[in-house]
Amino acid sequence: MLSRTADNLFWLSRYVERADFVARILDAAHRFASLPTNYDGGESNEWDSALASAGDPDAFKTHYSAVNADTVCDFLAFSPHNPSSIRSCIEAARENARSVRTALTTEMWDAINGAWLELRNYAGKDLNRDEFGRFLDWVKTVSLTFDGSAFRTMLRNDAFWFTRLGTAVERADNTARILDVKYQILLPHDETVGGSLDYFQWTTILREVSAFNAYHWVYRESIKPLLVADLLMLNKQMPRSFANCYGVIVEYLDLIADAYGRRGPSQRLAGNMLAKLEGEDIDRVFASGLHEFVEAFIAENNKVGEAIAKQYLVG
Amino acid sequence: MAVTAFDEMNGIGAADPAAVRDAYGQLKSWLESTPPEHFNTRRSQAELLFRRIGITFAVYGDNESTERLIPFDIIPRVITKPEWAFLERGLKQRVTAINLFLKDVYGAQDCIKAGIIPADLVYRNAHYRMEMRSFRVPHDLYVHIAGIDIVRTGENDFFVLEDNARIPSGVSYMLENREVMLRLFPDLFSKHRVAPVENYPDALLATLRSLAPSTATRDPTVVLLTPGRFNSAFYEHSFLADKLGVELVEASDLFTKDDVVYMRTTEGPRRVDVIYRRLDDDFLDPLVFRPDSVLGVPGLMNAYERGSVTLANAVGTGISDDKAVYSYMPEIVKFFTGEEPILHNVPTYRCREKDAFAYVMDNLSELVVKEVNGSGGYGMLVGPHASKRELDDFARKLRHAPDGFIAQPTLSLSTCPTFVASGVAPRHVDLRPFVLNGADQIRIVPGGLTRVALKEGSLVVNSSQGGGTKDTWVLDA
Repeated sequence: MLSRTADNLFWLSRYVERADFVARILDAAHRFASLPTNYDGGESNEWDSALASAGDPDAFKTHYSAVNADTVCDFLAFSPHNPSSIRSCIEAARENARSVRTALTTEMWDAINGAWLELRNYAGKDLNRDEFGRFLDWVKTVSLTFDGSAFRTMLRNDAFWFTRLGTAVERADNTARILDVKYQILLPHDETVGGSLDYFQWTTILREVSAFNAYHWVYRESIKPLLVADLLMLNKQMPRSFANCYGVIVEYLDLIADAYGRRGPSQRLAGNMLAKLEGEDIDRVFASGLHEFVEAFIAENNKVGEAIAKQYLVG
Repeated sequence: MAVTAFDEMNGIGAADPAAVRDAYGQLKSWLESTPPEHFNTRRSQAELLFRRIGITFAVYGDNESTERLIPFDIIPRVITKPEWAFLERGLKQRVTAINLFLKDVYGAQDCIKAGIIPADLVYRNAHYRMEMRSFRVPHDLYVHIAGIDIVRTGENDFFVLEDNARIPSGVSYMLENREVMLRLFPDLFSKHRVAPVENYPDALLATLRSLAPSTATRDPTVVLLTPGRFNSAFYEHSFLADKLGVELVEASDLFTKDDVVYMRTTEGPRRVDVIYRRLDDDFLDPLVFRPDSVLGVPGLMNAYERGSVTLANAVGTGISDDKAVYSYMPEIVKFFTGEEPILHNVPTYRCREKDAFAYVMDNLSELVVKEVNGSGGYGMLVGPHASKRELDDFARKLRHAPDGFIAQPTLSLSTCPTFVASGVAPRHVDLRPFVLNGADQIRIVPGGLTRVALKEGSLVVNSSQGGGTKDTWVLDA
């Protein structure tokens, strides 16, 4: 297939995944912000952290003066100045889709074009809290519809594989961004560990990756920071964990290499990463530094993305 | 309009509501017997279908909406079998002649020597490409895909309004209009024998493959080259590439090496044999044409000259689209085919000629004046519909550059019943059939794109000027 087609498919699914991620961040931030103030001690930095996880705080500062629910929601959901706002993501996804109409099934095109048309009913409107909540729910259905239509209708060939790769690389990056911003919450500290505030912060992280229920099924324990980190990084059952994303990336890169009869740097890098994650132990990660581990992962994940681009998408 | 137009449904005497031409009998009773609510439902369903499938076009110079739907009218336009047989013969003759003309002006130049057409009209034409003088194109074919615009003024009066031998567009609407009609009105099709158009992509692919240079393998690689998704016809490009099963490439997907064209794929470079290009000559190769073109492929013209790749259509075919050249088409047809032209031209005054110019200036308010190398309905004057001021402005433009214009009498284009705000009313239509000129044969899918001027009395059918489209039915019996 054309390198550009592969590139468009890869980025199309990255943008859809990113829109979903931003919606989840906003949803979790709203939930956290609605706690009684005595729980969060009146010093909630939830909007700062939402901004740090899902946006570019510097770009934010050039367009807004204060960090609060209204400004952060506007910036992350609708701002055309934020290339990762939900609106920008859906528009970019649709632009990519338009360029590769021929590589998409009708159902996929409908999913993304329909979302783009529907977006007009939300963007630029003054939404109240309920309406904004419905908007976020709708964004999540967009990614479900898109992924579902890809899964149900695409031929299992390189077009499908590049689409899935985009989702997995973006997902790994998104999970890592949450951990990068919130790692200190997971670290043991002197204050009342397991206190209410901590509990809400940990569960917020789980909600951001829609793993609140999954946690209990996997560990059958009360919420513990070490296990939250384990679930998000090393647990292969968890679809957004580093380990699971890399399982997917390696699988599809291998399929591509088999089909083209050639392996390259992207297969090697991704394979190394998967082996590393599989051999890792969460206690050891904490002992050697959670923050360093997450930062190194983000850098490696970027390298894998670049290697895929160089090997296939630029041509 | 003072003159009563020929109505496709009622025939001459559209005023008589009872009259109907045979081919439209069923349609007329369908229109009369179907409740208006039903039509309204179907029309909104049609609109929804088009919007979902993403048929949009961008209007140049329109900032508000970069994507707009071309209005679709659900009442089909019907052409009888004998009418089509006549048109088909005429179209084959005309495209054959245009191709021989192009081969001649870039080769022996016999038609100029024989005085069929003035030399300066060819050599000083903005669309004449000196680069094409130095070599022969594969199979001696220049125009492979042509859209010939036909208008009708009476039962047996068909005229060619203009020839589009560069990159005619609109065929996706021919195909999609039929799809939508089949979905919305299956009963109507069971009452008529409508010739199918859905084989157009197959015919196009067969044509393109037949054009491959001799260096190509038995399974040549064909691609469709688009300027990109910001082009007004991008939907059509991606639609056709999909139907053809060929890659839709942008210039950045192609490169040349040792005078061979390759595309960049996930598996490495792959050789390209035939390029169905939907990109103007000017932008094809920044080394030869516009150096600022980022839409082109550096080195493409060298590869083309070396004969390692076929461009469809050839470079330089725009000369035959020129409206001043058009006025010589009857003589051109006669000269190259030795036959009388089957399809007639609209009488044309060449403003470059002194007497004609004087006549045009004196009768501006009754004529249609067009730029010789204009298209899309831009920059034309419809005298009878123009204000005093518009006429004065145009007269000034004409005096300034008479060579740039031709004028034609205001034809009373045929009308076809059309849904408008006030109900069903006659609106003027034209027809663009698509002619595929391959190395093996000429193929014409029965039908084409019927364009309709939605404004009452308007004669301008171009989509960029508020025109709409209809499904075109060629009856098989």
